[in-house]
Amino acid sequence: MTGSQDNKTRQSRVAQQRARLFFGMREEGARGALIAFVATAVFVIVIVALIGTSSTWPAIQQQFLNPEDFASSWPKVVSGFWLNIRMFLIAEVLILVISLVLAMVRALRGPAFFPLRATVIGFIDVVRGVPIILLILLLGFGVPALQIRGLTNSALFWGLTAIILSYSAYTAEVYRSGIDSVHESQRMAARSVGLTQIQALRHVIVPQAIRNVIPALLNGAISLQKDVALVFVLGIREALREAQIYTSLTFNYTSYIAATVLFLAVSIPLARFTDWYTDRDRRRRQGATA
Amino acid sequence: MTKKLTALIVLALAVAACGSATDDTTPGGDSCAKEDLTLVTEGTLTIATGEPAFPPYVVDDDPTNKQGFEAAVAYAVAGELGFTDDEVAWIRTGFDDAIVAGPKDFDFNLQQYSITDDRDEVVDFSVPYYTTNQALIAYSDSPVVSASTLGDLKGLNLGAQIGTTSLAYIEDVIQPDTAAAVFDTNVDAKSALDAKQVDGIITDLPTAYYITAVEIPEASIVGVFEVSEDQADNFGLLMREGSPLKACVDEALKSLRAAGTLDALADEWMSQAGAIKTITP
Repeated sequence: MTGSQDNKTRQSRVAQQRARLFFGMREEGARGALIAFVATAVFVIVIVALIGTSSTWPAIQQQFLNPEDFASSWPKVVSGFWLNIRMFLIAEVLILVISLVLAMVRALRGPAFFPLRATVIGFIDVVRGVPIILLILLLGFGVPALQIRGLTNSALFWGLTAIILSYSAYTAEVYRSGIDSVHESQRMAARSVGLTQIQALRHVIVPQAIRNVIPALLNGAISLQKDVALVFVLGIREALREAQIYTSLTFNYTSYIAATVLFLAVSIPLARFTDWYTDRDRRRRQGATA
Repeated sequence: MTKKLTALIVLALAVAACGSATDDTTPGGDSCAKEDLTLVTEGTLTIATGEPAFPPYVVDDDPTNKQGFEAAVAYAVAGELGFTDDEVAWIRTGFDDAIVAGPKDFDFNLQQYSITDDRDEVVDFSVPYYTTNQALIAYSDSPVVSASTLGDLKGLNLGAQIGTTSLAYIEDVIQPDTAAAVFDTNVDAKSALDAKQVDGIITDLPTAYYITAVEIPEASIVGVFEVSEDQADNFGLLMREGSPLKACVDEALKSLRAAGTLDALADEWMSQAGAIKTITP
């Protein structure tokens, strides 16, 4: 009886703790929660009062929060955002694969692999060292202008390619840090049981490395979700561009708010998920070592 | 008692005097005297244009040389308002920055702002100083070259610069099957034309002249669109919403129009040489 009650209280305490951790609060107890609540309430009241009494508030409402403009720009912004989502999903999958391959090649040892390693390092240095927008313009307008037979001149294809290359270079470095974080003894143990270098990487090092960098990869995904919008410079009508078109025709900025809402609708859940995952992983490891 | 009465009479007279004083400053010729104008900087007419400004509107990116259509119009308006060339100061603004609601650091801004109702709600426009049509630009091997009606354009990929009436014209009038590609600048639109990502781009006619003459000589103006009066692109001087200058600037433009100055400047800078086919609805 008492045992199961104890169990229940422990479970509820764990749940509370998780909820608190979810919002970034640590073990502050009831007093901490009260302070946080009062502070938040005061903060919100002050901000609302400042905004509400500001003489420019009606103008802000008219320019940024106009329900009519929100409704009339919404369908186009949403249809643009659907393109953002598709670009994001395609790019994310390709980035995760390409960058892993790059990182693995970079992790290969021995003089025989030097040319491969040098190529990958060169690629990462160059691509990572260039502003992503430059890469988009270079590939998006530049390559098709060459009119090479057999190559598509699709702006969407080349724009997305630029983003995938840039993010692959960054993500390869994320993987590399994961690979470096796996203890050297793992590699030696794998080699000593007869695995080749590549087998050791694939079956022993990389699975551990990936687990170590999942939070960083999720962080990259949040960033990518917003950055795919950059292809708009090539004339592609994704959400940001659709919002901008509306603004340019009406001089009203509510369409930007519509786009903001859509981007946040994806990125905030992703961010919460990342926090939750990171936290769960940390606790799991602590449990494993205890 | 008498004192009070006298005070009252004095007060009444003062109020009446104030009333008639304000009456004097509403429209009418003499209120537009130079010294009566409300300016950003006293004694100086502050005019804004784009960064960079380019021909045929401003030559050599230097409006003070009075070369180029908009530079010339600006000085003509300034002269009409009674300013000498020395009393004109130029500043630069982005195209979009200048149309955000709020105070402005210029008296008027000209960089081919098309007058639209929506924009008019946030800023003030003068009467038009130029009226233009839309034009279609393409390479000679583009499928748009053979187009003679709007229907011929429906299945093609068109592009335009954001915020222009050219884009509005594609969206509202041509309504192509594939949504138009939309670019930040005409430079990007030209890149896309170069990359064959679009079959043709639409700009206003003066810009089209410039693009085909200077920037992409290999491309040409395929045709102009018969734009109805209300769809025509009217360039206006942009002022802040409720600008006290508007009445006087309008006055100045009207007398320049009546004197034939605006037409002469348009002929000089926006030459309409050559016959171009008209694309009919």
